[in-house]
Amino acid sequence: MAEVVAVIASTHHPFYYRASTATGVDRPPFADAWVEKIERFRETLTRARPDVLVMVGSDHFHQLWLDNMPQFLVGKAPAYDANWYNEEREFGLPRFHLAGEEALSEHILREGLDAGFDLAFSNELRIDHSITCPIITLRPGADLPIVPIYTNIFAPPLPQPKRFVALGRQIRAMVESWPSDQRVAIIGTGHLSLELGGPRQFGPHGPDPEFDRKAVDWIARGDVEGCLAEVTLDSLHTPGNATHGFMDFMLMMGAAGDGQQADHVDSLDLFHTMEAYFTWYPKGVPAS
Amino acid sequence: MSKYLLDKFLFTVDRDPDLVERYRTDPRGTVEWWEAERANVILNCHVDERSTWLRFDDAEREALATHDYPTLFSMGAHPFLTLTLFIAMFERDHDEPLGFQLAYAKALEHFSLPYPDIAT
Repeated sequence: MAEVVAVIASTHHPFYYRASTATGVDRPPFADAWVEKIERFRETLTRARPDVLVMVGSDHFHQLWLDNMPQFLVGKAPAYDANWYNEEREFGLPRFHLAGEEALSEHILREGLDAGFDLAFSNELRIDHSITCPIITLRPGADLPIVPIYTNIFAPPLPQPKRFVALGRQIRAMVESWPSDQRVAIIGTGHLSLELGGPRQFGPHGPDPEFDRKAVDWIARGDVEGCLAEVTLDSLHTPGNATHGFMDFMLMMGAAGDGQQADHVDSLDLFHTMEAYFTWYPKGVPAS
Repeated sequence: MSKYLLDKFLFTVDRDPDLVERYRTDPRGTVEWWEAERANVILNCHVDERSTWLRFDDAEREALATHDYPTLFSMGAHPFLTLTLFIAMFERDHDEPLGFQLAYAKALEHFSLPYPDIAT
């Protein structure tokens, strides 16, 4: 069976690419420290020697729209183009082309449906920065095949937080039951507190540093129970109007396993939002 | 009132570079044209299939025609869509980095929790 060699959860900050590649007067003062943290984070994936990446993210009204909105969707295609015109325009993100691992997509769809998750699928999916940001930070060569999984954290009504956790657990189990000798990393990105298009946006810190501290602690300790006890669809409005993206972190806590302490924990307090990076090694920390 | 149609306008204009410029320079004309010609187009069709029933109410049309993003926020237009499109139109008019984004936040500072519902 396939082996889950790493579970990785991260924020996805679309400004990282531009900040990290800027030079001279255009380079922001926080760029060097940010790059240093990202390079250490990248090493946690490199060291796991993955063959395949399962990538959990959320479409930002690019291909998925309100006339036909899936709650959870699995890409099943031999290839994925990535990034969109308005992401080039606003963030300067480059286009990508990623190979797909269709056999694992097929396995996840079949097993997921049979386990009670009515997963939607797409045979022609152009992915966006929720998946390309971690490609840029963790695997910039974009040389591994992927299985993209989109969640709806964006267009209410949304699934409950417990459903994200359950899907994360299920994804972990499905990868581990894939009849293959491939080494798989499960990578998902979300947000801590975040405000977009509201009065608290683009402040000197994330909109709710107290929530961020608590959230980093839940994730780092794998405290699924404590997190589920406090986080509801209603409560997530309070830290910032885009904080429902935290449910993708909850999904990744489900994938990592209840009570599993992360092997790598890091964060960076930036303007607008706090960045956070977590890696778990289910089979123990690999030799560097 | 149709939050969905407000969002559809913001979504379809945002993803078309020519429409972004047209809406920046001629907001009222663009909104009137869009409502007459585009509001009922079913997006996921490769030929021109249309709905028959979508239209703005007067307040929605006026908010879009005057680039009034605080009013769009109050109506429950999706804040990500509004922000993304308005950055594309107006960030260029500000010299300081994030100048427009901070002005945008300031223009919304009279809103407190709970914010207007964005469910469609």
